[in-house]
Amino acid sequence: MSSQDSARPQAARRLKSWGTLAVFAVLILFAFRATKFNLPALFTGAADFFRFFGRMAPDFTALPQIWSPLLQTIQIAYVATVVGSLIAIPLIFLASANTAIDPISMWVARTLLTVLRSIPDLLWAALFVAVLGLGALPGVVALTLFSIGVLAKLGSETVESIDPGPLEALRAVGAGRNRTIVFAVVPQVAATMVSFILYVFEINVRASVVIGFVGAGGIGVLLQRYLNFFDYTGLGALIVVIFLVVLLIDGFSVWARSRLI
Amino acid sequence: MAHIEFENVEVIYKTGLKALKGVSLQVPQGQFVVVVGLSGAGKSTLIRTVNNLVAPSTGHVTVAGTNVTAARGQALRRARSDIGMIFQTFNLVKRSSVIRNVLAGRLGDLPAWRGVLGAFPREDLAYAHDCLRRVGIPEKAYVRADALSGGQQQRVGIARALAQRPTVMLADEPVASLDPPTSHAVMSDLKRIAREDGITTLVNLHFIDMARDYADRIIGMRDGLVVFDGTPDEATDAAFEDIYGRPIDDKDLRGV
Repeated sequence: MSSQDSARPQAARRLKSWGTLAVFAVLILFAFRATKFNLPALFTGAADFFRFFGRMAPDFTALPQIWSPLLQTIQIAYVATVVGSLIAIPLIFLASANTAIDPISMWVARTLLTVLRSIPDLLWAALFVAVLGLGALPGVVALTLFSIGVLAKLGSETVESIDPGPLEALRAVGAGRNRTIVFAVVPQVAATMVSFILYVFEINVRASVVIGFVGAGGIGVLLQRYLNFFDYTGLGALIVVIFLVVLLIDGFSVWARSRLI
Repeated sequence: MAHIEFENVEVIYKTGLKALKGVSLQVPQGQFVVVVGLSGAGKSTLIRTVNNLVAPSTGHVTVAGTNVTAARGQALRRARSDIGMIFQTFNLVKRSSVIRNVLAGRLGDLPAWRGVLGAFPREDLAYAHDCLRRVGIPEKAYVRADALSGGQQQRVGIARALAQRPTVMLADEPVASLDPPTSHAVMSDLKRIAREDGITTLVNLHFIDMARDYADRIIGMRDGLVVFDGTPDEATDAAFEDIYGRPIDDKDLRGV
């Protein structure tokens, strides 16, 4: 009896994995057709790619033009990270089951954060450029909202995974919610949270390059102008500079985070 | 009047488990009570009803005349600030210093802003150091809590509870994570301090010899009910076999 009984679920399992594979195969075929993806084009296009690349020999005389928007890009990312963190921190404690005030405010905080997270940064930027006009301000607002979403998600997962013992001890002492958070929760999550904030700063630097394309300030605005005016040598210089700055900031962030934990 | 009074206390957990099935007890001021029973007998639940970490479904507990079961918000926090508690796993904030863990015991009596900012009055800091001295580790004040041994961590737990200037002390299996000599040292400290300060104490233990050594009174629990209530002399091996519902053996003794 055992051979038959154990054979049946195994066969069912095999059928299920083949079925899953088939679904993926069908989906990818549809996606190929829709995106007109074809592998040979990648190779026949290679010649054009390198010709284009050759025209991008960086012209570093463009540098003086680059510094000020580059600095603005970093400032957009910096302000968004700081303001976003300050707003995210109270939201994290409202949205975490073990530090929430009551089920209703927890639900409100979680819903708010889900909405924030479900809208991509570029869409936020386009939205705020439309509302606030061109410039760095819509960029800052867009990335702030984006930072809140990311930080609150990572943060509340961290808060919910802490050792519950100290929370119980502080409740037994008769400490209120804020005192309990400061004494029992913050020491357990502080290093991880700072590491997350550095990580969000990294993401924001990269994102603040991109959102310039929709007019939200920073180096992206210049990047788009060079592209539109076919100024490929200027573009080359710009790409090299952005690459180096992002590398530098990532390197710093990785180093700082490795020292934290 | 009894200092702690349980009035027909029943606890039903959300899972449907009936942890306490009607417990009525009176504990006079200053008594050192050891609660014994197998795990799952309701010991932890019983002592947690005293500071309302577990809320009774029916019945109530009063401490010094205050109905803690009915207390909410500010009133409940004020009641809790008079009741110290120590835990099997110590429940210290491991990344914080010892003195900060002890000062946490002052939080219940402090205005919220002082607590949040960590702006403790000078006399609170001095008192926290006194508490560490009383448990014998004054030199560890500025060491991180996770750098201490288990026995030292439990002493910090006792110091934190003492910092509350409690009238009641609850201890949930305080020595279950410690080796036998350390267990005796910690229990002696607890007993000595309870004597000196006249603190009414409820300790959960499952070691028979320790219960007999330290208790003024032993309460035996089985399956959510009090099945024994007497002096250590009355708590014979036969009495323990009745509480545990099985023959007792060496594993029920902490030893020396």
